[in-house]
Amino acid sequence: MASPQSNAAAIALRGTSFRLPGGPTLVDSLSLEIHAGVTLVLLGRSGSGKTTTLKLMNRLLDPTSGELLIEGKPAQAWDPIRLRRRMGYAIQDVGLFPHYTVERNIGLLPAVERWPAARIRQRVRELLALVGLDASLASRFPRELSGGQRQRVGVARALALDPPVLLMDEPFGALDPLTRAELQGEFARLQKRLGKTVVLVTHDLREALLLGSQIALLEAGHLAGLYTPEDFQRTNDPPALAYRQAFSPSEDDPVPPQPPSPGEAA
Amino acid sequence: MNLLDYLLAHPREVLTLTLEHIWLAGISVGIAILVGLPLGVAIARRPALARAVLGVVNSIHVVPSLALFGFLFAVPWIGERAPRMAILALSLYALLPILRNVCAGILGVDHAVVDAGRGLGLTDGQLLRRVELPLALGVIVAGIRVAVVLAIGIATIAAAIGAGGLGELIFRGLAMVNNSLIFAGALPAALLALVADLSLGWMEGRLRERV
Repeated sequence: MASPQSNAAAIALRGTSFRLPGGPTLVDSLSLEIHAGVTLVLLGRSGSGKTTTLKLMNRLLDPTSGELLIEGKPAQAWDPIRLRRRMGYAIQDVGLFPHYTVERNIGLLPAVERWPAARIRQRVRELLALVGLDASLASRFPRELSGGQRQRVGVARALALDPPVLLMDEPFGALDPLTRAELQGEFARLQKRLGKTVVLVTHDLREALLLGSQIALLEAGHLAGLYTPEDFQRTNDPPALAYRQAFSPSEDDPVPPQPPSPGEAA
Repeated sequence: MNLLDYLLAHPREVLTLTLEHIWLAGISVGIAILVGLPLGVAIARRPALARAVLGVVNSIHVVPSLALFGFLFAVPWIGERAPRMAILALSLYALLPILRNVCAGILGVDHAVVDAGRGLGLTDGQLLRRVELPLALGVIVAGIRVAVVLAIGIATIAAAIGAGGLGELIFRGLAMVNNSLIFAGALPAALLALVADLSLGWMEGRLRERV
């Protein structure tokens, strides 16, 4: 078993595939390297394999062929529970525990890690401040929060154990456009401060350009291209071009600086 | 002749038989919970097993209760004492609603919540104890409520094999064509079922509104 090397990529996929038993191939020999501190956006339309790729990274799914290395060590050699606690996880539907207060939602992982109660309390306060929520919300239940507040709690919960990696699956997808833009902006600032390795799944081009340091465009389980945000806006690769055009105000103007209606086109 | 005559004339006997009745139904539902809870959790994770187990348990309900009490005479140890037979039969009947609701309750927990819990790194046991069971509790209590009412009702028939309970008064009254005697058994049995139903219903409501 290889020991984690300091120069190894945080996450590396080498010809990684995932195929449903007797069914379609959802991820098809994908190769990617995600270095520490980078925000990689997995961009693509529904069914392109982005969520599946994300779930391979924290072993919610295991590759059916190819290799997946976490800090240089094969994913299968990691204990899935330990691995997931090193990777925060935030999803579109948030999935807050409805029977727990905000405080217990955020403090659940520290609690199962047997942190002392005082330290958990303090960590919850820190995290609420970090995601821009008032400390008075700690005793609220998820049903008493707005959609934007719930998403913030979801992000705070994912950060509870201060994991080096953050996996996010359309974390701002269920919000109205204004709240979404607000949270995206805040997350961009937060990410600069924290310097986590982030893998973010989205179909929203604007979000990808705003938050990504790298954009991996997926099509039917394949990697259609890997770009920096600047390259993505300039390239004439057909898949990237098609994606841009879908978001652009008119077919004749394929390079929009700010697509007006994100989210709906894919 | 007044329907309440026998009840008022023999309060101690009615009370003793009521306690016997509660004991029969209570022990049986207790056993059904002890078996049904872990079994329900186990089958909730395995759909193929769930179909098989629920099919078998379901088929018990096809057997008329009087016949089931009779069949159990042939079972070693169980057949030696009437209360043992009664408790086994009642437990089998009470098992279905509990098993079905434990399974349905767990499967009914919002998938996003379970996905988030698993993705964040909860173990299966932590997910079950801290998330799935608490969120399924309202549905599980609903199943226990059905089981209790069912057991209190069917326990009256246990008197036919000499297991005691309020059914004794009813069967005696039927044999003697004495309505007051039948009533002395039926009224407390109905009240028991009603009280159990209302109190568990209240509990269920409280548990469900948290979710």
